[in-house]
Amino acid sequence: MEQHYQHLYEMLSQGQGYVFPNEVDLQWGLLIVLYPYITGLVAGAFILASLERVFNVKVLKPTYELALLTALSFLLVATMPLVSHLGKPLRSYEIWITPHSSSAMAIFGFVYIWYLMVVLLLEIWFDYRRDMVLWSQQEKGLKRWIYRILTLGVTDLSPKTIKWDDKIGYFITVVGIPSAFLLHGYVGFIFGSIKANPWWSTALMPIIFIFSAMVSGIALVMFIYMAVSYFRKQKIDMLALDTVGKYLFYILILDFTLEGLDQIHRIYEAEESFEILSLLVSGRLYLTLFIFQIFLGTIIPLSVLAILQFYKPKEKTRRILYLATSLLVLFGIFFMRWNVVIGGQLFSKSFYGFTSYKIGLAGSEGLVMALVWIILPFLILAFLLWLLPPWKKYVEKAN
Amino acid sequence: MGTERREHSRRKFIKTAAIAASGIFASGLINPFNAIIFAAEKPNDPTKPWWGYGIDIEKCIGCGRCANACKSENNVPREPFYFRTWVEQYTIKNDGTVKVESPNGGIDGFEQTVPDEDIFKAFFVPKMCNHCYKSPCVQACPVGATYESPDGVVLVDDTYCIGCRYCVQACPYGCRYIHPEKNVADKCTLCYHRISKGKTTACVEVCPTQARIVGDLNDKNGPLVQFLKEHTCLVLKPHLNTGSKLYYNALSGEVR
Repeated sequence: MEQHYQHLYEMLSQGQGYVFPNEVDLQWGLLIVLYPYITGLVAGAFILASLERVFNVKVLKPTYELALLTALSFLLVATMPLVSHLGKPLRSYEIWITPHSSSAMAIFGFVYIWYLMVVLLLEIWFDYRRDMVLWSQQEKGLKRWIYRILTLGVTDLSPKTIKWDDKIGYFITVVGIPSAFLLHGYVGFIFGSIKANPWWSTALMPIIFIFSAMVSGIALVMFIYMAVSYFRKQKIDMLALDTVGKYLFYILILDFTLEGLDQIHRIYEAEESFEILSLLVSGRLYLTLFIFQIFLGTIIPLSVLAILQFYKPKEKTRRILYLATSLLVLFGIFFMRWNVVIGGQLFSKSFYGFTSYKIGLAGSEGLVMALVWIILPFLILAFLLWLLPPWKKYVEKAN
Repeated sequence: MGTERREHSRRKFIKTAAIAASGIFASGLINPFNAIIFAAEKPNDPTKPWWGYGIDIEKCIGCGRCANACKSENNVPREPFYFRTWVEQYTIKNDGTVKVESPNGGIDGFEQTVPDEDIFKAFFVPKMCNHCYKSPCVQACPVGATYESPDGVVLVDDTYCIGCRYCVQACPYGCRYIHPEKNVADKCTLCYHRISKGKTTACVEVCPTQARIVGDLNDKNGPLVQFLKEHTCLVLKPHLNTGSKLYYNALSGEVR
């Protein structure tokens, strides 16, 4: 407690102008930055996977299962930052059993469960069912039993059943695309619907969240595909990588345009909050907005990807460029979330001043906890890739 | 024959349109246009209280006794980051700049640091929960732990709040905080434990200049309705349409 007060006195001394006394304590910190970041990665990775399945972009096949498993790994962790930041984490179940219908936040649990249980788990199950049956026959010991349980006893491998697996999988993906939009658009709405906060309150927020989610998810799958190929000492399918790069380029343009539109709209309308917001972006958010998000996270990746659309250097150079681009985009989108979540709380609702934010190291909302929640999905992914390796899937012989 | 059929369908159309139009007109008579000004909406039972609050900025001397009494009465943590009510000092300088301060919520009083000759005008503004009728914090609470009582007071059930802080974000007036020991949202209760027993709130009781008035908006002869009648009152941030029931006399445009 003393430590918390100490921290608040320090923040009080770093404030500028006037903030309401209750605003010195900034409520949503690093963990709430991670929450839209992680859900965005899930939605984006899933949309990349559905490109292959629904829109029949066959060259993306090498990334299909990888994208699905990435989405699942991150989705399993998505609620953790939320729960660990609650004042009363043990009461979090209340949001399930007594959701308040007018609250934009209350439905998250249901959107989440829909996406996890109905979309991702089902799609992966139908996609892997045949392989799990085959593996349960080939493997020995514990693994054999795991696969046997995972098949849920449905071991029929007749061509008709396999065809049904495919049909249902396709149907789920079709349902999954609007669901992915819903999942992340909804997260955007949680912020966009707060009329008290002019930095958040815009109808564009859900749409911006969807597009930035797609950008970050595609960049993540791009990075993971390269990393996994490196660890497996496999040659990267450059056609697939180029295609992922192409989609990243298009969606990054859309995302940047939308965010630009939002800012131009604000500047042109120049409402009551305009002065404080322009001080915010030119002051406390300068580094994270202009340098991290816009320059490093958008302009540079966009330029590199644009050049790669017209000029194709050697494979090795391209790989390095894609690696750098994906990491920069992931970095940039993280700071996009940061600028929304933290930026929206740095200025006072009196519009007369700024408060400060400093990341603590320890505690349930500190840096260590945040690192745990960002590293954990990669460990889960490693486990899933061990359990359900996409590269060991049954390949139908071409006629 | 073709003409006849066309005539017939035209007649039918006019008939249907006339019925629809008269229906819309009639429903308008039953349910006349109802413009809502501030929190003009009434509770279900107008014989019961509908609590509101008035602050007369012209009377406030910035002594901060209200903020102090509130902390004592409601066990609000003494650190300067937790207030159910606080007082702000506005100083508008001759050059047009605005200086706002609230050291320790005004509990220790104020010191004017701007020289007299530079001051265009200066005044004090007590702040507290607006007990909004269309309250954004009640709307945002994901579990319904924040609610509006039937007599118009916005309250928090601290045995139910999960501490997500969404209500703190949703309040445009900065009236909520997370209680550092209870880890749940906390705010002004309008001294519900007192007003429901016929007493007044702690802040009203200690105010030496009667700058604060708590009252029943349904009581047409009550002090609050009289205050509203005799003064030109405004609410904070009216464009947000929160249905605020905290009315200020002599509210200057600089105050947010």
